[in-house]
Amino acid sequence: MDGTITTGTGATGTGTTTEMMASGAQALLRALKAQGVDVIFGYPGGAVLPIYDAIFQQNAIRHILVRHEQAAVHAAEGYARSTGRVGVVLVTSGPGATNAVTGLVDALMDSIPLVCLTGQVPTHLIGNDAFQEADTTGITRQATKHNYLVKRSQDLTRVVHEAFHVAKTGRPGPVLIDLPKDILINPAPYSEASTAQHRSYRPRTEPDPARIAEAIALLKRSERPIVYAGGGVINAGPEAAKLLIEFVRLTGFPCTTTLMGLGAYPASDPQFVGMLGMHGTYEANMVMHGADVMLNIGARFDDRVTGRLNAFSPGSKKIHADIDPSSINKSVAVDVAIIGDAAATLRALIAAWKNDAGKQDREAIAKWWQQIDFWRAKDSLRFTQNRERGSIIKPQYAIEQLYKATRGRETFITTEVGQHQMWAAQHFKFDKPNHWMTSGGLGTMGYGLPAAMGVQVAHPDALVIDIAGEASILMNIQEMGTLAQYRLPVKIFILNNKYMGMVRQWQELLHGNRYSESYSEALPDFVKLAESFHAVGLRAEKVEDLDRVIAEMLAVDRPVIADICVDEKENVFPMIPSGAAHNEMLLGPEHKNGGNPGVTDAGLALV
Amino acid sequence: MSDTNMRSATISVLVENESGVLARVIGLFSGRGYNIDSLTVAPVERDGSKSRITVVTSGTEMVIEQIKAQLGRLVPVYKVADLSKEGPHLARELALIKVVGTGNTRQEALRLADAFRARVIDASTESFIFELTGATDKLDAFLDLMRPLGLAEVSRTGVAAIARGKVAIE
Repeated sequence: MDGTITTGTGATGTGTTTEMMASGAQALLRALKAQGVDVIFGYPGGAVLPIYDAIFQQNAIRHILVRHEQAAVHAAEGYARSTGRVGVVLVTSGPGATNAVTGLVDALMDSIPLVCLTGQVPTHLIGNDAFQEADTTGITRQATKHNYLVKRSQDLTRVVHEAFHVAKTGRPGPVLIDLPKDILINPAPYSEASTAQHRSYRPRTEPDPARIAEAIALLKRSERPIVYAGGGVINAGPEAAKLLIEFVRLTGFPCTTTLMGLGAYPASDPQFVGMLGMHGTYEANMVMHGADVMLNIGARFDDRVTGRLNAFSPGSKKIHADIDPSSINKSVAVDVAIIGDAAATLRALIAAWKNDAGKQDREAIAKWWQQIDFWRAKDSLRFTQNRERGSIIKPQYAIEQLYKATRGRETFITTEVGQHQMWAAQHFKFDKPNHWMTSGGLGTMGYGLPAAMGVQVAHPDALVIDIAGEASILMNIQEMGTLAQYRLPVKIFILNNKYMGMVRQWQELLHGNRYSESYSEALPDFVKLAESFHAVGLRAEKVEDLDRVIAEMLAVDRPVIADICVDEKENVFPMIPSGAAHNEMLLGPEHKNGGNPGVTDAGLALV
Repeated sequence: MSDTNMRSATISVLVENESGVLARVIGLFSGRGYNIDSLTVAPVERDGSKSRITVVTSGTEMVIEQIKAQLGRLVPVYKVADLSKEGPHLARELALIKVVGTGNTRQEALRLADAFRARVIDASTESFIFELTGATDKLDAFLDLMRPLGLAEVSRTGVAAIARGKVAIE
């Protein structure tokens, strides 16, 4: 390494060989390379100039210059979620760091492994309200899984290695390292990653065999079982998804997933009953409501899934497998708690199921499937598209046609937040993990475009589509510039209904049709907007335009904005209103009993 | 969860003695809406590498279990022990109590202090400062008695606690 000025032992206390580097910035880059980092999403500024100088002088790590720091974090999330690797962000002090906060909380809520490097004013100025100073570790303490302020050069590379370890192990999450400028400029020793166990951080990954045995005893005797899989299965790697399929096939159980778990189990498989929760399928929610044994693997009983807690799956024995002990018994009390990695847990469950001499009540399971098929026959995602020329496009139809047109291609979907996100979750079918990137926990509008950018950087030859709404897309629209600069052929598929659709839907159902501030007034011309950012702009106004626009969009090897003008009045159904139970689902206007939301005052107070 | 019975819990948290660790613990309590009834912290290792935080909190069994799990999730936390659940334990706090007065009330304050085995660590013609160590309810009882006798100022440490017997929490 050209930055080496002396060799020998430094006083890092890690017990590994150390080497003095010309600057902290060079030591930092060497540590990043050692961690396998090949791309950083970032934005320069005064406090991080030494790092940018070091980046300039090497080629191993690619830097993607975003247009706003929030987008850097979402891009790193897209990169991480689609590859299973740690996403890396580099921003400057003060506003650079504060702009990154939304992305960090997003990653925290959805358990996405990130390392965010922030610049800081020099150590001697910390606390002086210096230019572009912010108390970054203070601000991000609750926005990260863990954070560090490096105050001594000898700690720098140890902290970097540790940050990657913390980010990707246990329940993954964002880790921030605050780097004062003098630490980046002064010489710093480089030490290799320690192979020793962390002093205090030791997440448990192997499940307790006694709990596995208890779970199998319940599952074997179950007559109305359900497997409920979440984002933890995706985070545990592709192996976990394979094991989930093996387990579900072995048992003959129905399987549902959360929004974050889409792709963990193939949507095209007959044992999949669809996504559950507020906008999940009727059958998934009815199965959950009627189950006698539930196996939750890697999901966290989010309020969007459970509906009213005291009416959630009231008759079931609950088994909860999660790598995070704090997820267990947080909102829903469970009967069997399994702490462990999803893949390790599924492996243990499969082995224990096979070794268990007990016989399943096949007859009861068959009866359960008859019941499920009855619910499924409701076809709760049904909608009607008028195919006559000049007809308005239904948003669900647009997603369905997009799905059909992209089948057989390596396709990654990201979304913004709102109605389009739910329609994408309902009508785009995911058969593989890591191909669906959405802001589930935090619900961050503006997530989809930068996330798609990160996915496209990681998968240059794949088809990457941001399914967006016309309101959300404007929240990080500046990233069109990044797409142009790096020739990232991301496709932005806007379901344009001229409303913040989900806000409008709630105002219609819960606030007497008073559409307060939810109309998207003064929208840009998205075709011209695309063109001004060196992209291709397309528009579909009527049903007969849709397939042609989709085909054109997919044929172009450049960034595209496809402005799909859809029915302004369409709502997302089915829906469990806030505060309602799973068996109190509202079905759409296609169904006879659709209509009155039946929302209680208590429900109205919920989000 | 039908369990609505509140209980008090004395939780010991052994942490890496690094900057920000107390803020992480306190931020966890405030951010998630848990109660802190008392909190003490000080380094407990000779080299100053570990600190022990004793936090007294209250909640339903489910909430207390959640608090312990959340604490255990913090990266610099070595060990979380629920002393009030895991067996008999001792809990003590120390108070410095300033009582101002003359004449009979002053005499009465001194007599009561003696009964409570409070030490006089400062005295003037018009005031005493008592040092009293004991369980929280003993300190509360003493303060209640001092209130009509010229109680002027109190400084309390909060609870330090440890499990009885030979087993150490690491």
